[in-house]
Amino acid sequence: MQWDVVWNNMNYLLVGSYPDGPLGGMAMSILLAIGGIFGAFWLGLAFGLMRLSEKWWVRAPAIVYVEVIRGIPLLMLIFWFYFLAPIALGHTLPEAESALIAFIVFTGAYIAEIVRAGVLALPAGQMEAARGTGLSKTQAMLFVILPQALRNMIPSFVNQFVSLTKDTSLAYIIGVSELTRTATQVNNRTLTAPTEIFLTIALMYFVICWVLTATSRRLEKQMARYQART
Amino acid sequence: MDTALQYTFDWNLVLSGERLDWIVQGVITTCQLSGLSLVLAMLLGTLIAVMRLSGVRPFVWFSVAFTEFFRNTPLLVQIFFWYFGSDAVLPDAVNQWLYKQNFEFAAGVISLTVYTAAFIAEEIRSGIFSIPRTQLEASRACGLSFMQAMSYVVLPQAFRIIVPPLISQALNLFKNSSLCMTIGVMELTYMARQIESYTFHGFEAFTVSTLIYLCISLMVSLLINLYNTHFLRTIKY
Repeated sequence: MQWDVVWNNMNYLLVGSYPDGPLGGMAMSILLAIGGIFGAFWLGLAFGLMRLSEKWWVRAPAIVYVEVIRGIPLLMLIFWFYFLAPIALGHTLPEAESALIAFIVFTGAYIAEIVRAGVLALPAGQMEAARGTGLSKTQAMLFVILPQALRNMIPSFVNQFVSLTKDTSLAYIIGVSELTRTATQVNNRTLTAPTEIFLTIALMYFVICWVLTATSRRLEKQMARYQART
Repeated sequence: MDTALQYTFDWNLVLSGERLDWIVQGVITTCQLSGLSLVLAMLLGTLIAVMRLSGVRPFVWFSVAFTEFFRNTPLLVQIFFWYFGSDAVLPDAVNQWLYKQNFEFAAGVISLTVYTAAFIAEEIRSGIFSIPRTQLEASRACGLSFMQAMSYVVLPQAFRIIVPPLISQALNLFKNSSLCMTIGVMELTYMARQIESYTFHGFEAFTVSTLIYLCISLMVSLLINLYNTHFLRTIKY
């Protein structure tokens, strides 16, 4: 075993060639994940609520979006945004940006389903009571339903964040220098310690994801106390 | 700038001759890859779940470590690990045997199996937990051994509940198999990418392969919905 290969390149694995060059490595993965979940939250919230609408022409685009995105591999979506954005936009996008857009669009579809399930899980009496006190539908949604529903959704959001953190490794394919890509670069340069290198980055991902999963489990237990009753 | 990005669509390029053969070959490889991995992952996943529920300490620890580790690391990293680094962790005889096979395919199957098994184990465990514990106790009291009680009483009931989440895991596996293109398994995504680099007609190639993935996924999720509405609601505990 040649752990010194990993040790000598640890800095590169953590932050890439920053501060002398572009940011990369684990820092880049984390940035992609945070940016992705932030964008996906708003996109997912919008489409999740659209799917709950009573008007079919609001519902239809949300259904198509969610079903199509959930039906194709993320890798396909990344290729779509990377190779085909130039055709649609007329100019090329930097790799990291097109990967980030793909992550947002992909995760947004899953978040939309979480939002829908979260809103539907609230007792119907909540909406009826809010409407009964004279709130409009939008007001009832904003001030009564969503505050409760979103709180119940937090564990699911964390789980989705874990998935996204793992998915950021796919940005490797179009050449974003995040953790997996820096690891393959180190591996290609040294060629002697693939097992050690990939085991190390697996552990790095594991630490991030496991901390998040553990948090989500704790939150789930805490949330159980605040459930709205039927 | 604008002239450099002029793009004319040519669907025939993708949908005829050698390119069509590539696509068909890619679909076949994708199905083989995900089919084989699914069968193996079901076996491994059930084994891991039963280990977790057995109550024997070392088994429980192993099963917890297995599910936690493989669920919380990216599939792509696992694929690279098995492809580049497996010779250091697997026994020599296994390695020799693997190198004689189609090694890319074998590494793909191993990583997809192990990754999916961790998820399947969790689904099965929660399915088994949803069966009241008294079922197990009653069958043990009837004189069945733990394994007998599991395989004749608890698992048959649990599997009915587990079917929908298992199918969605199978779908995930099917979509995840696209990652094996990174180590050179010539499945559908790899072929689409290859057509893109041979002809620069990525749009058509990716459209066709996206539609293939989409059709299969949508058909399967339609089946889950049918199962849910017609079968699952008749189960009562």
